[in-house]
Amino acid sequence: MSKELLKIENLKTYFDTWAGVVKAVDGISLEVEEGETLGLVGESGSGKTVTALSVLRIVPRPGKIVDGRILYRGENLLEKKENEMQKIRGKEIAYIFQDPATSLNPVFSIASQLIEVIRRHQNVGKQEAIEKAIELLRLVEIPDPKIRIRDYPHQLSGGMKQRMAVARALSCQPSLLLADEPTTNLDVTIQAQILGLMKNLKKKLGMSMVLITHDMGIVADMADRITVLYAGRVCESASTITIFYSPMHPYTEALLTAVPHLAIKREKLAVIPGTIPNLIEPPSGCRFHPRCKYARATCSEIVPPLEEIEPEHYVACLRAKEIAIRSPLES
Amino acid sequence: MSKEPVLEVENLVKHFSVTTRGILLKKQVGVVHAVDGLNFSVNKGETFGLVGESGCGKTTTARVILYLEPPTAGEVYFEGEDVTKTFKSKNKKEILKLRRKMQYVFQNPYASLDPRMTVADIIMEPFIIHEHVPKKKRHDRLYELLELVGLEDYHAERYPHEFSGGQRQRVCIARSLAVEPRLLIADEPVASLDVSIRAQILNLLKELQQNFKITYLYISHDLSTVRHICHRVAVMYLGKLVEIADTDELFDFPLHPYTRALMSAIPIPDPRTKVSRIILPGEVPSPINPPSGCRFYPRCPQAKPICKEKEPELLDVNPKHMVACHP
Repeated sequence: MSKELLKIENLKTYFDTWAGVVKAVDGISLEVEEGETLGLVGESGSGKTVTALSVLRIVPRPGKIVDGRILYRGENLLEKKENEMQKIRGKEIAYIFQDPATSLNPVFSIASQLIEVIRRHQNVGKQEAIEKAIELLRLVEIPDPKIRIRDYPHQLSGGMKQRMAVARALSCQPSLLLADEPTTNLDVTIQAQILGLMKNLKKKLGMSMVLITHDMGIVADMADRITVLYAGRVCESASTITIFYSPMHPYTEALLTAVPHLAIKREKLAVIPGTIPNLIEPPSGCRFHPRCKYARATCSEIVPPLEEIEPEHYVACLRAKEIAIRSPLES
Repeated sequence: MSKEPVLEVENLVKHFSVTTRGILLKKQVGVVHAVDGLNFSVNKGETFGLVGESGCGKTTTARVILYLEPPTAGEVYFEGEDVTKTFKSKNKKEILKLRRKMQYVFQNPYASLDPRMTVADIIMEPFIIHEHVPKKKRHDRLYELLELVGLEDYHAERYPHEFSGGQRQRVCIARSLAVEPRLLIADEPVASLDVSIRAQILNLLKELQQNFKITYLYISHDLSTVRHICHRVAVMYLGKLVEIADTDELFDFPLHPYTRALMSAIPIPDPRTKVSRIILPGEVPSPINPPSGCRFYPRCPQAKPICKEKEPELLDVNPKHMVACHP
């Protein structure tokens, strides 16, 4: 490890709507090293999905990448031509969407949706592609792959559909997998199946993964490193152990204490007051300051830079060094 | 807490028939066994959790208790009164009286509020229906309710689309509380909310219970919130209860293999705890043709020959714990 595969620098993706410019991603920087899983954590509206979509340059209208660099193996994806991007999408970088029910085309069979991807990126005949597709279904542990491959998406359950989506994403052995809340719509026992599967396949195929989720439990189990986003900016970025055991950003602390923990029983859950800000006119200075219990006057004036406070531990908080947050897991 | 039961459910069954359109008549091709013989009681002032995965019949149970769907068989008693009988009697006065005592908070606050009514209209509609608050006092009561659920006075004039998910759920809770119910059925009240907002709503529910001694039937698939809010928990699988116990007892000593698998499947927000995960093979079978015997046996890691043939009964293990599993 240590070779970086993907590096995002100061990415800004804005949506120009009738109500104003929504600054969905406003200067996000992160990196993914080869073979690692990066957990991208945040609530809805924090810019997780838009960041991932920006990497593949498939941000829906009226979204636009207005600034920044996205370096994949040292090459800036934002400078590539559309036909060059098409060779990267699906082959080098694959995407698993949040909702398998809408990311699969209902009028094509599983077979044709897999074959389409395989034949687009690999120089194989139809028969060979079918064999590869069956092999893929076997890889994602779908029973009777030879029969199920003829099914249409509506004939599959939610868990099966997500397995299908995983199979399609892996069909060309990508180096990087962007998984956008891959288990949010699934039941816990099925979620455990899919996460276990993704973990094994990642090891087997040696890829890197960006796992987008709002569930701190999932990243604790899956991620090597975590980047916490809030309202379009990075709050904190560090190894999983560091994030959970020595967080330095107040928002990370708040996220950790607001989640009910199965093993720790609390009389009252800690509450983050207020709601997620409107991104058309986000709060000045640090975007978390209106909800932050440590906020001072300066927090509303100065935008905190993302600084390396300890080795490999990046925090964007003006008061990070003074406030001495204790991890809720320590008590 | 008293052991006085408020809600008793006896042998509750709800089947839905599956029909195809024939030439002249509808033809029945199958029966969905959504709820199949539930027995439980909820004590006064407690929060009773009903847990299970999607499709196990949690929501149907809640709907049948409130007679939003008539039960196929079985009885529901609320404070000793036969609910089904009252609703069947078509006696409007009696029905309204019963509706006032039992209220529902729906899962999705985006769909359960009328987009063309202001919050004031929404919360005051129960006053018009039940006429339990004199006209002069209705506005005062409205502001009381808003304050109770943590909303401001100026919110009353707004429409649902102007609110965030958490605020909408507060409006839903205020609407349910408007009739001063004794039982509140909360169907996944926080499932569609963000984590930071979830804690606010859960704390609100807890607070309201302490202040007004309301009994909750809390329906959820999320065991970690259940552990936080419930006093007793029932675990449901494919239309049947597999285990009922006090919360701590259930989480510390789960007995049914399904409960154990369900608990081990929850991701724990602590990278140092490594749970040995029990991964269940396959998926929940179709409730149209549920497996014979114990419904869980095709996926059960501890299945024995008897499990396929004989259905296990829900039996007491100790006074705080019941389980339906062959020993």
